[in-house]
Amino acid sequence: MAIIQTRLGDGSRIEMTASEMRAEVEEGVEAAVKRARVPRLTASEVDHLCDIFCSNARFSAVDVGDEVILSTDGTCSLEGGSTTEQLLTYQNNLGADTLELATDDYSYKAVKTFVTTEAYRMKMAQLHVVAPAQYGAMPDLGRYSQPDGPIANWSELMPLGKIAEARAAQEEAVELAIDDMVFVAGHLWEGGADGIDFDTGGASGDADLLATLRTTEILREKYPTMGIQMGMAAEMVLGMHGELTYDGKRLAGMWPAQQQEVVEKAGATVFGPAVNVNTTRSVAWNVARACALIKPCMEKAHIPVHPNVGMGVCGVPMTAIPPGDALTRASRALVDILKVDGL
Amino acid sequence: MLGMHASHELACGMGGIRTAGDLVGRMQMTRGMRLVEAKRFVAERLGVSTVDLSDPVVMRDVRRELGLGLIPVDELVFAGEPGAMEAKFRIAAVLDVPINSVERFRERVGDL
Repeated sequence: MAIIQTRLGDGSRIEMTASEMRAEVEEGVEAAVKRARVPRLTASEVDHLCDIFCSNARFSAVDVGDEVILSTDGTCSLEGGSTTEQLLTYQNNLGADTLELATDDYSYKAVKTFVTTEAYRMKMAQLHVVAPAQYGAMPDLGRYSQPDGPIANWSELMPLGKIAEARAAQEEAVELAIDDMVFVAGHLWEGGADGIDFDTGGASGDADLLATLRTTEILREKYPTMGIQMGMAAEMVLGMHGELTYDGKRLAGMWPAQQQEVVEKAGATVFGPAVNVNTTRSVAWNVARACALIKPCMEKAHIPVHPNVGMGVCGVPMTAIPPGDALTRASRALVDILKVDGL
Repeated sequence: MLGMHASHELACGMGGIRTAGDLVGRMQMTRGMRLVEAKRFVAERLGVSTVDLSDPVVMRDVRRELGLGLIPVDELVFAGEPGAMEAKFRIAAVLDVPINSVERFRERVGDL
């Protein structure tokens, strides 16, 4: 019986037979169906996933003609070199389809304090790059709570049973975050940015996502041609507040298909669903689960869907140096099965 | 994440300015076009097939002919050809879409 070399979600190597691999794929799909009540993948989709994962090739790729767009969350995190040099490295040496200028403290609240520098860096970069370049950071609502910010810490209030106070604190933080994100985006637009990336929307829960959606709405009205990418922090929106709604829909508990609806409604141009990796299950299980969770988005989206395929999401192992054999299988599977618009 | 980006690119990326990846990406990022629509739009504008869009051999000639910006490989790029900002002026014209940095550049140069 042929032995297949594969990996767990933490990147460590394991071996399986073909029948064990099929069982992993089927269980991954079932996990998504049970948790999010999404439809099962079709038999031919399951078969194709098994084909991708039952190969011992060290690299996997889509067919010629099926290539997709790669968007990013920061193409200036290399060691050494100016921002512009790093963007040029991604453009000229790595074939990046789109670029993203960012800073190490990847948070709009932090960027606000030196936004003029960032806007000027964008202006200089735009003189040198051809590929579209956006600016990215996190909405990062948690930064507005004490001790980092001015507002009472809702994570400390809730265990004390002060639910109303915790909710009020989050609502207050939403307003501050919107002000900061609109302010920063406006400066970067003046610097010539092609777009703005709100990375890990919902990282602090439903209030975090609400701030990002309302910011998107404001920016869309103010800058009709601005690119706005919204990548999610997790597969399901955490209900840290629990009662917040957007467009009449409760944000807490939303899965990718519902997230995509509100992101599109707010006026974003690219939606990035994220499905968290279970490090104790195989890459095949994680990829199958991610495909089943995201598939409902693909049928009804009117804007490009770019699933997040960074470390620890959508099947890419949760390890600092992701192995190419696992990473490219996740990449290829999402394109082949879901026909995603990009990654 | 150098290795991560390179692996994704080789596995399924369009190739950026090596091909027409930046042009299709621009239509997605700033116009919200889905992939099939964006590829078709760019292919029609450039007069090529959608498969050609990911072919660096075809696209190098198309980009050179239309002045859309090239990877600066020493022996193949000449000072007389459009640089980055110049190429973006041409991309805006060929795709018939406004590009923010081009608009800002034009606005700040003003009517001389």
